[in-house]
Parts: sequence; structure tokens; C-alpha cells
Amino acid sequence: MNKMPIGNRLFMGVGFFFLYAPILSLIIYSFNESRLVTVWGGFSLKWYQVLMNDADLLQAAGLSFKIAFLSASLAVVLGTIAGFVLARFGRFKGHSLFAGLTTAPMVMPEVIVGLSMLLLFVALQTGLGCSADESSGLLSRLGCWAFGERGMVTIWIGHTTLCMAYVAVLVQSRLRELDRSLEDAAMDLGCHPFKVFFVITIPVISQALVSGWLLSFTLSLDDYVLTAFLSGPGSTTMPQWIFSSIRLGLTPEINALATIVIVVVTVFVVVSNRLMLSAQAKRDRAMQAAFSSGGKTA
Amino acid sequence: MKALLRRWLPGGRSGVIAIPYVWLLFFFVLPFFFVLKISFAEPDIAQPPYSPLLKQEENKTVVTLDTTKYKTISGEVEAFFELPWNEAKEASQYVVAYWNALKLAFFTMLFTLLIGYPLAYNIARSSEATRNTLLMLVMIPFWTSFLLRVYAWIGILKDNGVINNLLLGMGLISEPIPMLYSPFSVLLGMVYNYLPFMILPLYAHLVKLDGRLFEAAADLGAKPWTTFFQITLPLSKAGIIAGCMMVFIPAVGEYVIPALLGGGDVVFIGNKLMDDFGANLDWPQASAVAVIMLILLSGPIIWFHRFEQKMQEPE
Repeated sequence: MNKMPIGNRLFMGVGFFFLYAPILSLIIYSFNESRLVTVWGGFSLKWYQVLMNDADLLQAAGLSFKIAFLSASLAVVLGTIAGFVLARFGRFKGHSLFAGLTTAPMVMPEVIVGLSMLLLFVALQTGLGCSADESSGLLSRLGCWAFGERGMVTIWIGHTTLCMAYVAVLVQSRLRELDRSLEDAAMDLGCHPFKVFFVITIPVISQALVSGWLLSFTLSLDDYVLTAFLSGPGSTTMPQWIFSSIRLGLTPEINALATIVIVVVTVFVVVSNRLMLSAQAKRDRAMQAAFSSGGKTA
Repeated sequence: MKALLRRWLPGGRSGVIAIPYVWLLFFFVLPFFFVLKISFAEPDIAQPPYSPLLKQEENKTVVTLDTTKYKTISGEVEAFFELPWNEAKEASQYVVAYWNALKLAFFTMLFTLLIGYPLAYNIARSSEATRNTLLMLVMIPFWTSFLLRVYAWIGILKDNGVINNLLLGMGLISEPIPMLYSPFSVLLGMVYNYLPFMILPLYAHLVKLDGRLFEAAADLGAKPWTTFFQITLPLSKAGIIAGCMMVFIPAVGEYVIPALLGGGDVVFIGNKLMDDFGANLDWPQASAVAVIMLILLSGPIIWFHRFEQKMQEPE
């Protein structure tokens, strides 16, 4: 089973070449002296320097990171609850709709989601009468602060809705493969369901929560279409900057940006993978030790 | 007081369900009704750029449903079937855009399946340590920005891009092959970017298959291909459906890849929607386009949902 036939090896090689060729070419050309992206003019770091001095980009990146952090955090909270409900609550009124709604944002074309959310926010703006007088009630003032103009809050809500679907799926599948006996035992011993959730369930699924947070962070950091609908004049995010740069043809510095992103991502994925594997091994050993000593005393 | 509160406040259970449920109803379901509503409005120059549906006329509230946006498209459908092909293409831009999008999504799904299945299969059947490394290798491009990966293909496919430079340098061609800004480059970009969405669900299902089944088949004298078609393929049907839907449904509305890698000769419906929304500021038309897209996709979406439900149910 470990020996792969030569044909399969060949296919895998071609497949991975397909996955990596574009990435490698980005890295190589990021060190290109020439302005022409694909004509080699000697080794240089000048595009990294250009990148570091690009105030527009730095501002856009700052906003993107802020939104990604907020979206990932809220998406983990909402997605975890949704995943927990789906995995542990059995059937309830409206269960089928709820189940459909949690996964729908993952597949729904983004142009539809973006347009529909935008129309909701515009309707809220007109409904709250935001541009009119300042003396309206607290609730409408709060509403106007959030939805009065499109920007960080509207993008945050959009990204959270998209990302919580991924978190819900991750949490749900993790909970399903877990043994319920720990939770049941705690419940039998008189532990309040909320306490069981926080003391037992959350720690056990922490790995899924971390990957859900990271996935959401990346998705939010990378999203163009939803942001294009939900952002206002004062809020340009990094994907929007990249998109318009590509369209304008100002490209050599994007190679440098891409290389930085790739290096950070690769280091991160490799390290977290190592950590996860060793944590898993440690847990397996602990379990084994626990069970074997338990066997002796019994 | 406490008893009163308990009666009025939802119980713990329904309270917990309500948090994500209300969020999704408010921010995901409710917006669709606005799309439906505004698809019946008229475009306006004011802010927001559409007219209200309810109008006050002599103390009466009058609802005006403007169906021109749908008539544009339905008129195009008629023209599409009645006119000769060349004229129909001119007269039915929305219909052609829907058709192109469905075609593109279908071929993206097909090619990601053809490339993704063997990859997922081989990853699932390698030893645990190798499996982990290979899966990580699939994930790294996926975590790298999607826009940057689309951009990478521009550098490769351009007239003075990597491939043409290489071929010219080797003397295989005398002038560059035009590859960028064509249906080919759009499809390539789509397959590349949607590949992980096919590999991951396939892998998740393939890795669960019981190895003993293959051994049993081999012991009984089945050839590898027979085993594959009689055992592996039917057992991984669920993964294939999940992967295909994860690719097909969002691909229909794709905007970024055609916008950056397509030349504008072939128009897809996602780009049409973005044009109506952004460049033409015709929000009602964009909404009508979205409503029809949703109707076209309702079949696959419902199918996907049923299938997910069936998968989640404990045996």
C-alpha cells in the first residue's frame, strides 16, 4: 500500500508541478531588476523596497488585517455555536433550514451574497434615516454608526457570515468523530450544560477552533468580491489594492508582496503542522499510558 | 420575578440555537428578499440608485412592480431561439453570459474532478506520514492569496511571459503564442483555483475507505481497475458529489478570474452582474440577474443540501 505505482507517482509529480509552477515563477521574478515583469534584468531587491514605501498599500493592508482579525474572531464564536447545535442538539423546529443556512454561504456565488448584503445595508441606511437629524434615539444612532456608511463594520459582518460557515463545518465534523462519553459523564455528575460546554467541549475541539480561526482569517484577508460590494469610499482593502494594481499593470511590486505572503504562509503551515502532529502524538501516548495503568489497577 | 423572567426569556437550548440562527436569517436570508424586491424597481439617479416600490398617491399607497428587467432577459431568451446564431449572440447578451458561465462552471468541475480525483486518491492511500506532507503541499497554495495566484498566471501566459520566453528561447516557435485573455486562460485559472475545493472533500471521503475491502477484492482475483470501478468509485460517490457542488455552484458566478484572465470577448454572468452594479449603476438589473442566477442554481443547491443532510445523519 505504501509503494505507489510509477504511473501514479508521475501523475502526482505533474499535479504538484501544476500547483507550484505559478508560485515559483512569482518568487523568482520578485527579485527581478527589470520593470518588465517577465524579462530578466538581474537580481535585485528593489521591488521589496518599493513595496515597503507604498503608503496606500500599507494602509490597505492595515485595514485588511484589522477586518480579518475581527471577522475570524466573531466567525469562530458564531460558527462554533452553529456547529455545536448541529452536532449535538438533534432535531428541532427549523432544523433543516438552519442546517442549510450554515453551509449555504460556502457554495453560494459571492456576487449574489455581496449584492444582497449590500441591498440590506442600503435599506437599513434609508430606514434609519441616517443622513437626516442627529437627535434620534440611541438605537438608531447606534445603527447609523454601524451602517450609516459602508466600511469596516459592513465588511466585517459580510466576512463573518461567510467564514462562520467554514467554522461550523469544521466544528461539526470534529464533534461528530468525538466520543460523547466525556460530556455525558460530566452531565450525569450534575454539571450544568454551559459548564460542560466551556470546560470539556471547547478544550477538546480547540484544534478545530484554531484551524477555523486561521482559515477565516485567510479567507477574510483574501476576499475581493464581497468586499467590493460592502466597502465604502474610505475603505480600501489589500485585495482591492491588488486587483486594481493588476488591472493598471503596476505589477512588479506585487511579485514581492506575493513572495512575502508565500513565505509567511509556508513557514506557518509547516510549523503549525509539526506542532499539531507532536501534540497528537503526545496525547496518544498519554491515553495509552492512562489506559494501560488503569488496566493494572483494575 | 425570576419565574416571570424564565417564562419570557427563551430557554437555554433555544437561546443557544437562536444566536447563529438569527444572525443567518438577518444577514443571509433577509437580504435575498431585498434583491427580489429591488429587481422590480426602476433605476434612479438618486442615492440609492433605484426607485421605491411603494409610492404615496393621493393618500393611497401604490405598489408599482416594474418588470422590465425581467422582460429584457426573457425577450433575449426568445431572440436566442428565434434568430440565427450570429444575430442571436448580439441580441441575447445576458442569455449568452448565463450560458457561458454554466459551460465554464461545468468544465471547471469536470477538469478539477479529473485532476483532483487521482491526487486525492493517491494522497489517501499513501502512508500516514507521507499523507500528511502531501496534504500540506496541497494546502500551501490554497492558503496563499487567491488574487496573487491568479496574477501569477498572467506572468506565465503573457506574450512575453514565462512559457513564451521559454519556447522562443528554445527556438520551438518564432513568435509568441497568444494564450492570455482567452477562454483557455480563464478555464486554466478556474481549474487551478478551484482544485483544492475538489481535492479536500474527495480526500476526506477516500481516506475513510476501509483498506480491507481492497485486499479482499485482490484476494478474490480482481484486477486493480476492476477494484477501482467496482469498489472505490461507488464508495466515493459522496465525495465526488460534495466536491463537484463545492466547485460548480460558486464557479457559475465567478467574477475575478474572467475579469483578470479573460479578454472580454467571452462574457460571463458574474461579470455582467458586476458591470450592471458598478459601471452602469443599474442595481435593479443586477438584482434581476442575481435572482435568475439563483433560480438556475436552486436545483444544484437543493440537491447539495439534501445530500449534506443525508451524510450528516447518524446511521
